[in-house]
Amino acid sequence: MSIKIRYFASLKDYIGRSEDEIIYNEVLTVTEVWQQATQNKVKPQNTLVSVNMDYVNWDEPVNDRDEVAFFPPVTGG
Amino acid sequence: MPVIIKNTPFLPYQVLQDYEETTLGQNNAIGACNIFIGTMRDFNEGDQIKVLTLEHYPGMTEKQLDKIIAEAHQQWALIDSLIVHRVGDLLPNDPIVLVATWSSHRGDAFDACRFIMENLKSKAPFWKKERLINEQERWVISNTKGYLNT
Repeated sequence: MSIKIRYFASLKDYIGRSEDEIIYNEVLTVTEVWQQATQNKVKPQNTLVSVNMDYVNWDEPVNDRDEVAFFPPVTGG
Repeated sequence: MPVIIKNTPFLPYQVLQDYEETTLGQNNAIGACNIFIGTMRDFNEGDQIKVLTLEHYPGMTEKQLDKIIAEAHQQWALIDSLIVHRVGDLLPNDPIVLVATWSSHRGDAFDACRFIMENLKSKAPFWKKERLINEQERWVISNTKGYLNT
């Protein structure tokens, strides 16, 4: 199972890169994806997560070829 | 109901005029148009801001804005709506966002425009980074409240 991970804004600075890819054999939740991709880095408060560009909860399962993104609260407009 | 993300400056009134002339045409059912334009101010949190850089998540931004517009069209009797949003480097006074709504009666245009703007502020994946006069850079942590009495 291949999962693409993206980081934006201050989360990208915190992680030190904008993308990751992890290969896994079992279904992971987005929380587990965070733990695997960041090597258990502390998750900053209020971090948001999306799967395939839709907001999801932290227990959402991730499927093969899904794109998971982590980012801080949005500040557009 | 277009959503346009621009990485170059735009002139909101020109965009509106062009859109009304070329796309909306002469729609005699339109009785109201409400417009919101957000521009970059040169101060925040007590500091002078020189440059504002807007980052976004391409694809998700459009997806979320399309959803917000679709919801607005479900809730109010809108004839059309338009969102234009800047990304990239902005200077003070540059337009950041334009939201326009057209309807037959003012209530729908007013309320839907506010709904679109407030939802854009909380759901569309844009992030602002400020460069201060002393060249220090910092991410904007949160937006100010839209409704003053809540």
